[in-house]
Amino acid sequence: MTRAGPRGDRGLPPWWIAVPAIVALALLGLPIAGLLARASWVRLAADLASPEVVAALRLSVVCSLAATALALALGLPLAWILARGRLPGLRWLRALATLPMVLPPVVGGVALLFAFGRRGLVGRWLATSFGVTLPFSAGAVVLAETFVALPFLVGAAEAGFRQVDRRYEEAAATLGAGPLRTLIGVTLPLALPSLGAGAALGWARALGEFGATITFAGNLPGVTQTLPLAVYVALETRPEAAIALSLLLLAISVAVLAVLRDRWLAP
Amino acid sequence: MRGALATLLALGLLGAAAASEADPAAETLRVFAAASLAEPFQALVKSWTGPPLQLQLGASSALVVQIQEGAPADVIATADQPTMQRLVDAALVETPQRFATNRLVIAVEKGNPKHVAKLADLARADLVVVLAAPEVPAGRYARQLLDAARVTVAPRSLEENVKAVANKVALGEADAGIVYASDAQALADRVEAVEVPEAATVEVTYWIAPLRAAKAPAAARDFVALLLSRTGRDALAKAGFGPP
Repeated sequence: MTRAGPRGDRGLPPWWIAVPAIVALALLGLPIAGLLARASWVRLAADLASPEVVAALRLSVVCSLAATALALALGLPLAWILARGRLPGLRWLRALATLPMVLPPVVGGVALLFAFGRRGLVGRWLATSFGVTLPFSAGAVVLAETFVALPFLVGAAEAGFRQVDRRYEEAAATLGAGPLRTLIGVTLPLALPSLGAGAALGWARALGEFGATITFAGNLPGVTQTLPLAVYVALETRPEAAIALSLLLLAISVAVLAVLRDRWLAP
Repeated sequence: MRGALATLLALGLLGAAAASEADPAAETLRVFAAASLAEPFQALVKSWTGPPLQLQLGASSALVVQIQEGAPADVIATADQPTMQRLVDAALVETPQRFATNRLVIAVEKGNPKHVAKLADLARADLVVVLAAPEVPAGRYARQLLDAARVTVAPRSLEENVKAVANKVALGEADAGIVYASDAQALADRVEAVEVPEAATVEVTYWIAPLRAAKAPAAARDFVALLLSRTGRDALAKAGFGPP
């Protein structure tokens, strides 16, 4: 008599796996269901077309894209060093590059103030030497968003650079390509899927940034009030507008997931 | 594996249960209070002899939304009447009582380095001015004050509560902000209050009410009584609040 295959073969997990998994799905899905249930679909268009919402959306898109660009420009070289460097203490650098991921964003905002505020370590010098003050400016929003997006980008890019088969680079070098040409022609294209995923995750994180932004950049419609800040402020007096804004952010998040589906949703 | 998973799950559920509902036998009094009430209420907690007291501070408007959405509260204290009225209209609270007043001042850095002397100075282009958002009582009052004085201000930020305004001044990021006298007093080591005569035109009133759905109704009434007693008055006066 042949033994029946493991239950997993029929795709049915044992109950002690199924029950927590269903609870997990409920935990993830119910808040979204709640949001959808409370939305007033009739007024949605009107709520989303208000000048405040349009300004917040514009600011969010511009700042999060700028932050992603900045995170790419600064994060790729750092990721390359973390992946290829032979420096002692590299793991401490890696820990530093991961820190904003675990740091409460409000703490990040306060830390940014102490560094780049008018009285901050660097900010004091920026103010006296160049007359530049970052807090309460869109630049502060970009900086706060870059701060929180960098770990996602650096982490993904480092993994990407590690996966690149060094033999291709060596072959390129043998054929006479210089380091820059090898990097642009061989390493970056091979690491591109990871870089893309990192950039998309970093961008999504930047778009959703709240704590560091409101602490470091303040909240002024059209200047520093991004979508998440607008949601928070609207919730106090106009909950229906807050729900409309939340749906907008939700739609954007779903779109990012759709773009990333090959990497994150495929088994 | 199976045991470990079950243990993890049990731990998680226990944690969630402990976090959301403390031991029902030992009831907790949940007091929701406007951010500006932080100092006097924290002082009052020391004279509180009832069940364990949990103080939740935030913009009055934010607290009211939380209560409307079902947050468990026994007492709510707001920094204005209209915000409290939203709970009265929704029949969520018993009759509110007025328990204190406050007045608006301009908070500046200690020593007043930018020489802010009057409300009209807030229109100066060389000043970084922050206000509370118009959605929260302090922001509404500030706007009322500026309108009464016919001063047009271009704030650099509309903060989510009045304490955030005072802190931006204390941190040196803002040159001036409109806050309550009590907020300036709470940060007296770094912040100075510039009194403005127009502030007399804006009546800042504080209201307290027990919730109808209070889980600890007796303790809620006791807390209101304590606040209205001599002890409460003294704590409020010491923190810079005016009599009701």
